[in-house]
Amino acid sequence: MFQAINNALNLALKSDDTALVFGEDVAFGGVFRCTMGLQSKYGSSRVFNTPLCEQGIVGFGIGAANMGSTSIAEIQFADYIFPAFDQLVNEAAKMRYRSGGQFDCGKLTVRAPCGAVGHGGLYHSQSPEAYFAHTPGLKVVVPRGPVKAKGLLLACIRDPDPCIIFEPKTLYRAAVEEVPVDDFVLPIGKADILLEGDTVTLVGWGTQVHVLLEVAQMAKSKFNISCEVIDLVSILPWDREAVCQSAKKTKRVLIAHEAPLTGGFGAELAAAIQEDCFLHLEAPVVRVTGFDTPFPHVFEPFYLPDKWRCLDAIRNLLDY
Amino acid sequence: MLPSCARTFGKKALTQKKALGLLSTAKNNYATEASFETKPFRLHNLEQGPSTNVIISRDDALKYYNQMHTIRRMETSAGNLYKEKIIRGFCHLYSGQEAVAVGIKAALRPHDAVITAYRAHGWSHIMGVSPLGVLSELTGRQTGCARGKGGSMHMYSQNFYGGNGIVGAQVPLGVGIALAQKYNGTDGVCVTLYGDGAANQGQVFEVYNMAKLWDIPCIFVCENNGYGMGTSAERAAANTAFYTRGDVIPGIWVDGMDILAVREATRYAVQHCASGKGPIVLEAATYRYSGHSMSDPGTSYRTRDEIQEVRQTRDPITSFKEKIISTNLVTADELKTIDSEIRSQVDEATKKAKAEKEISMDELTADIYANDIEEQIRNIGPFNPLPHKRIGPAVNLK
Repeated sequence: MFQAINNALNLALKSDDTALVFGEDVAFGGVFRCTMGLQSKYGSSRVFNTPLCEQGIVGFGIGAANMGSTSIAEIQFADYIFPAFDQLVNEAAKMRYRSGGQFDCGKLTVRAPCGAVGHGGLYHSQSPEAYFAHTPGLKVVVPRGPVKAKGLLLACIRDPDPCIIFEPKTLYRAAVEEVPVDDFVLPIGKADILLEGDTVTLVGWGTQVHVLLEVAQMAKSKFNISCEVIDLVSILPWDREAVCQSAKKTKRVLIAHEAPLTGGFGAELAAAIQEDCFLHLEAPVVRVTGFDTPFPHVFEPFYLPDKWRCLDAIRNLLDY
Repeated sequence: MLPSCARTFGKKALTQKKALGLLSTAKNNYATEASFETKPFRLHNLEQGPSTNVIISRDDALKYYNQMHTIRRMETSAGNLYKEKIIRGFCHLYSGQEAVAVGIKAALRPHDAVITAYRAHGWSHIMGVSPLGVLSELTGRQTGCARGKGGSMHMYSQNFYGGNGIVGAQVPLGVGIALAQKYNGTDGVCVTLYGDGAANQGQVFEVYNMAKLWDIPCIFVCENNGYGMGTSAERAAANTAFYTRGDVIPGIWVDGMDILAVREATRYAVQHCASGKGPIVLEAATYRYSGHSMSDPGTSYRTRDEIQEVRQTRDPITSFKEKIISTNLVTADELKTIDSEIRSQVDEATKKAKAEKEISMDELTADIYANDIEEQIRNIGPFNPLPHKRIGPAVNLK
């Protein structure tokens, strides 16, 4: 997937003279190798390292975007995005609104590797999408693999609003697909139905989609039921129509994400589903998520909403 | 010709150093004290700096050597454990920077506090954590100093406030700790460490201002190892004279590879803070031999030759060893004995750190709150719901 992202950045720089790529250590490729070779191709005035100052990186990006440059900023880990929280929430998200539509920083895109990676501990594993979902003015997406990563990243870069793309870092190397080499964008705000089914709807994003696809197979063989698997793709805005349509069809919904339960984005989905589909549901919407604990260094395997926890939740949905 | 000239010159230098030895006694053929000239300090907003003439006793020489060598050995072991995949996750080694921690600690009083960033193994040890405490924290075992729950970046002990994972975030904390010391009426200081990379974080400047505004006894120490992750200081900072970056706060540049210079500068800084003059910035010029963390080979942004050259010409342990042997403070044999003692001690700790048990599952929900109102932590699904619990009183609240 890191090569698909590299390819998308390459296309963005090639097709748009005003595009800039910057962040910590991006000049020599970044810690995940997503920006490999870009500096040698496009020069150090367009691809450059910043000091270690996330607030500065995003603020700088907003300023550059204000002036019409396509700013593509990398925050090295999503866990480090919080020093820039103010810039994203108070500056980037509200600029168009507060200036009465005169100014915007829509050309800003922030890339941030997120999620569990097997051994990241407290500060290299978090999934902060829900914090940003609470901020009108931003767009937030999470790709599940290389094709999505390329299409979504290019969509974010070209979208007229500030976007954050959370890239599940464990997929950088794990996810391999045939990615079209041409320039293409994938829609922000549209979910993908990856597997059609009629008994339970499984909703996830990023790495969790792959867990859910496996869970669907397991549910088929163990309970002889068919699950519908939805990759939400886009957190803000999210595809309410696709999710609720599926919920009405299957009458049972499971939502899974790595972030903690309380206030996780699953809560928003569950609330909307019960509002739209209340009379269709056979069981309360269930969320399988990380625990309400800090991301635990030694207990990561237990913390994650793995296939067994999801399968267990499906059984409870069926037995309700 | 040349090498032999160099040798002769070296010998001359040695005799000179011997001549500097003070109060040498014939007893055991040891000198009990020796004095050395440090590299000149660079000063910012200061009329007079620390003395460049430093004196060291035989006991201290042995102690510092022991401490620095233990850190080096421990870090080598940590690196190996990581390569064996017994340590997982992030692991930032201190090798090369030992003289900074040991030198600063040597000038601190028991009531002074320290806070640092994520390169915390060496500091944790110096502040009282045993090699086993450090290594089992790294392997995530219950004998780890944070019970295996913190890992590489999060280690704590009395007056040592960690071990912090976010670049620069510990700096405001350090100023807060120092403020409390002033408020409590002690003359204690807080040594607040950060790297040349973190020096560019905005929050550092925010607290420079607060510290000077209220004359808080905070010793800011910029451990300048030349690289903020993979970017050299020159490429990341418009002003690389980090000791001047406190603006109105006085600053001192010190050779961070010379433990005696570091100790002398810290003594001066402690005196400065404790006497009510407010904060001070030290920049310790040092070097890290390993990459930023274990996932960084550390060779894509600098040459192997550069690392090799520092090892050969500036290594804090080798240079200190030469100094204390050449002045007869200690003998090479004594140091050899110490080396082998340290080796067996660290090897033993390493063995234990591999064999110890992990904490039990109920600690997954421990210490999230001081007082958890809901009693159980939400969403611990597949197991019986786990109650929240406290393991023990916080070390800083004891």
